[in-house]
Amino acid sequence: MARYIAQRLLQLFIVLVGVSMVVFVAMHLLPGDVAQLLLGDHATAQGLVRLRAQLGLDQPVWVQYLRFLADALRGNFGVSLQTNHAALDDVLVAFPVTLQLTLASLVIASLVGVPLGVLTAVWNGTRFDTVMMTLTLFGVSMPIFWFGLMLLILFAAVLGWVPTGGLMPIGMEPPRVTGMSVVDSILAGDPGMIWQAIHYLVLPAFTLATVPLALITRITRAEVMAAALFDHVRTARAKGLTDRRVILRHVLRNAAIPIVTVIGLQLGLLLSGAVLTETIFSLPGVGRLMVDSILSRDYPVVQAGALFIAALFVLVNLVVDLSYAFLDPRIARP
Amino acid sequence: MSGTAEIIVTPAVPQRALWRALRRPGARIGLVIAALFLLLTMAAPWIAPYDPYDQDLSNALSPPSGDHLFGADQYGRDVLSRVIYGTRTALIAIIVADGLALAVGGALGLVAGFAGGRVDTAVMRLVDVLLAFPYLLLALIIVAALGPSLTNSILAIGIIYTPQYARLMRGQVLAVQDADFVWAARSVGARPLRVMLRHVLPNSLSPVLVMATLQAGSVVVETAGLSFLGLGAQPPSPDWGALLADGHSYFLTAWWIATFPGLAIFLVVVGFNLVGDALRDQLDPRRRTQ
Repeated sequence: MARYIAQRLLQLFIVLVGVSMVVFVAMHLLPGDVAQLLLGDHATAQGLVRLRAQLGLDQPVWVQYLRFLADALRGNFGVSLQTNHAALDDVLVAFPVTLQLTLASLVIASLVGVPLGVLTAVWNGTRFDTVMMTLTLFGVSMPIFWFGLMLLILFAAVLGWVPTGGLMPIGMEPPRVTGMSVVDSILAGDPGMIWQAIHYLVLPAFTLATVPLALITRITRAEVMAAALFDHVRTARAKGLTDRRVILRHVLRNAAIPIVTVIGLQLGLLLSGAVLTETIFSLPGVGRLMVDSILSRDYPVVQAGALFIAALFVLVNLVVDLSYAFLDPRIARP
Repeated sequence: MSGTAEIIVTPAVPQRALWRALRRPGARIGLVIAALFLLLTMAAPWIAPYDPYDQDLSNALSPPSGDHLFGADQYGRDVLSRVIYGTRTALIAIIVADGLALAVGGALGLVAGFAGGRVDTAVMRLVDVLLAFPYLLLALIIVAALGPSLTNSILAIGIIYTPQYARLMRGQVLAVQDADFVWAARSVGARPLRVMLRHVLPNSLSPVLVMATLQAGSVVVETAGLSFLGLGAQPPSPDWGALLADGHSYFLTAWWIATFPGLAIFLVVVGFNLVGDALRDQLDPRRRTQ
């Protein structure tokens, strides 16, 4: 196990170096002359030379990369061209919004998806199963930015049940502790505020949960059906245990590992979907920040956001892999 | 959506079996949708009732009616015509992005698997790094570097799908190159290049082509997604994602602008998924019995 962890950590290091290279190439080499970009069309030749020297653009590429890496490790990505804040600070302010949205979706997808998967497996071949499997196929095929928009039109524009977007009603903001509106409202201890925070979160979270929900349902169904064929399950049935007990105690426990892994691996999907969801529901998260920064050519923020999210994603995947190995020791065996 | 594609390593399946898979009801519906989609791309000028760029401000934001079946957008342009012309951008995205990923990823996987050793390690490290990004983030980085445009967004989508093809192809090659017929070819003195191209490649290709079918729908979604974010097709081109962005701006008053292009994307994805699923089931012996 220790050997496996060491191996994975080494791999993690290599991947992180690779990730930083991709971001460096994309942000420093491809866009052309950054100095020209910063100074605009009216730049003088002198000014350009000075700025290039100042930014280190006159150095060889590998020196530039090492500098970039050293700065990145210290969290220094430069200053946002839009807000004049440190670029990483802007990302860190936006991140809790994305985190809250992602976690809420994951909770919804798991709480609905796992029971639905068990039920379709138990009743497989029935009309319920067919309908649910068709719905999950739709769920997987649904462009979520369209589905979110449809939900928005129905529940916000037509029915008026939920707000059309945003994080909290204007003028009602809990004191910032974690940056997550629901958590901060709970910490503030104001029931009205908690209700509003959840009220604003429901629709975006459901939108983002669509695809993972469909996938989790399908995987749970497949795993439960596979686990139900094991001998110990037959033994349990032969002992005269009730169906409910057999499913909960014997089948689901064996199906749990792959299901947990699949849930963990939804993160990439969720982070990608968050970009679109935040746009639809006007949420000030990292995804929206990245898109706005790309559109306004605010490279320091794009770079900080890209490295931050990629590093986070790599780390979470490592944790998922390790927990998988922990749950199923066969994985770690060479 | 990239998470749905599974890696399957299987021995070659006769082409005939794949055709048989397409006769199943689900696959038939998928084929009909795909055919309809192709027909619309070609026949758009004759089928579309209006020019997709024609503005008619007196009709701005008018709801679906006999004149405009899908309604009109904020400039009075006919939404139905714009949706029909949108099939063209979608088809280009499939051909270029999916094609690029298939060709580059396939070639990388083939060479990596066949050559082994350092080449293999180098290619697979690159694949690992590209797969380490959440896929849309990688697309965002590429678009940020190249600048927002339809061409660049399609290129970005092509790049983010490349590693998956490389990985699948490599797995296939590793499985196939130990087969008896490959050893037979080697033993009669066939040169490595010939073995790779004539014996290993054709027998590794089916799962990769199935993946290309499954990914076609995803490519349409991702391209539209980038356009929706303002990073792909730019106005006034009739692109489904850009239409959805228009619909987003007017969602309180004009539901039809967003509804129909999204429905079109959805149908195309379902179509390609149905065909791809049927083909994949046929390739995967564990699923074939179901």
